Amino acid sequence: MNKIDVGFSATRRLILQGAGAVALIGLGNLPFGLTPALAAANDKYPEEAFKQKSDADVIKTLYGKTAEPSDKVKMDAPEIAENGAVVPISVSTSLADVTSVAFLVSENPNVLIAKYNIPAGTLPSVANRIKMAKTSNVTVLVEAGGKLYSASKEVKVTVGGCGG
Amino acid sequence: MASTIRVRASSNGDITEVQALIQHPMDSGFIKNAKGETIPPHFIQQLTFEHDGKNVFAADWGGGISKDPYVKFAFKGAKKGDELKISWVDNKGATDTTTAKIQ
Repeated sequence: MNKIDVGFSATRRLILQGAGAVALIGLGNLPFGLTPALAAANDKYPEEAFKQKSDADVIKTLYGKTAEPSDKVKMDAPEIAENGAVVPISVSTSLADVTSVAFLVSENPNVLIAKYNIPAGTLPSVANRIKMAKTSNVTVLVEAGGKLYSASKEVKVTVGGCGG
Repeated sequence: MASTIRVRASSNGDITEVQALIQHPMDSGFIKNAKGETIPPHFIQQLTFEHDGKNVFAADWGGGISKDPYVKFAFKGAKKGDELKISWVDNKGATDTTTAKIQ
């Protein structure tokens, strides 16, 4: 989606969301699996996925398929995070045709932290800093060639900090 | 107002490495202030990077990203002196945009 004017784009997204809702009611018999695909194509903010409370629900809402653990997904996360408000986590992968990467923290109030869309020509390697309420499993999902792969690691948090 | 976005984009052969640091409270909506009142959610939802009119990286963020968010990625196809355009929009509809020269 072209985002020359972000203000305009935000407004348009709201209108599109409204239109999408109406369309979904109208086409109630659409297969559920079609919704995430449409969302990806429109580069729409995955509002529902960010509200989910478990890894499984996030994966279902965001991708509509199951993830398979892969040793080709390399997550770099600390063993122990002294400050849960700022936990540096990065991921890289040797998988080809990566289209998106997502970060999940199982024990956070909302499990999904971030989803990154990776167009062709962008390397499948992302680093960011996340909040962790308490000790939790951290999972990264990598969507590559239409399949979903994952890697998980427990990160111990000594001082929780979902606040920042 | 000065831009909320600080970007360093450095070219190394065919690969451009990008690091961005944004000033934003990233309130998740789960935290209470000193008076015990919940601080309402206020966080960046989408962040995009464009090179030559083409989207090279797009982030969808929730309230679980740390305050003053940092992100790092790399892409191919740009050269020194090219411009990179960075924009964000938060859950209250606020936005900011900046352009950075690739060094």
